[in-house]
Amino acid sequence: MSGPSSMRTPLERVRGLGSAHTGTGDFWRQRLTAVAMTLLIVPVIVVVIMLIGRNHAGAAQILGSIPIAIILLLFIVASTWHMKIGMQVVFEDYIHNEKLKIACVMANNFFCVAVALASIYAILKLSSGV
Amino acid sequence: MALSIVHRATGVALYFGTLLLAWWLIAAASGPTAYANVQAFTGSAIGRLIVFGYTWALMHHLCSGIRHFVWDLGYGFKANEREALTWGALVAGIVLTVLVWIIAYAVGGGR
Repeated sequence: MSGPSSMRTPLERVRGLGSAHTGTGDFWRQRLTAVAMTLLIVPVIVVVIMLIGRNHAGAAQILGSIPIAIILLLFIVASTWHMKIGMQVVFEDYIHNEKLKIACVMANNFFCVAVALASIYAILKLSSGV
Repeated sequence: MALSIVHRATGVALYFGTLLLAWWLIAAASGPTAYANVQAFTGSAIGRLIVFGYTWALMHHLCSGIRHFVWDLGYGFKANEREALTWGALVAGIVLTVLVWIIAYAVGGGR
């Protein structure tokens, strides 16, 4: 398929290898989201501390403010993406039954997308003030 | 030291801990009753313990992750450097957790 006379480039021959069959894409995105969260962690903790002890009206007002909503949206996207990749690696390392592994990886995707969209929807709703 | 498994374990804990964050945001978007339920939970003894554990898992995973950045950049592979990075991450994770809670109590405790 890819012998000495192959016209495929070296890059094309290695693309899509690895246990997830996606090459180094996940490796890169894991680190990209990690760096993003390292930068976002201080503002996120500040937001959480600002909310301690406040009632619903106070919390909703803070969460609906534009800079805070943007910080939280960025953090949610980075964290749910990061945890999707991380848990997939855990499944690929420990589950050796192929069908069970695929089912777990699928469930992992559903879980992470559901958590991400539910959180994003909540923030957008708070921002629009309805 | 076998701390890489702790990095993974805290990662898995944070994975499920995210449900708490999502619940809190959804409750804030839903209304006062739902939000009061979250506050009742996070204010209870078991709730505080879970949030404290979540804080430690987050801080440890962060510090341990920074250790991985150092390795990704090609530094810190000597035996004594590996030991120092590992112990540094462990201690920094605990210190940051305590620090965050002290600040949280100092700022939010009076409200």
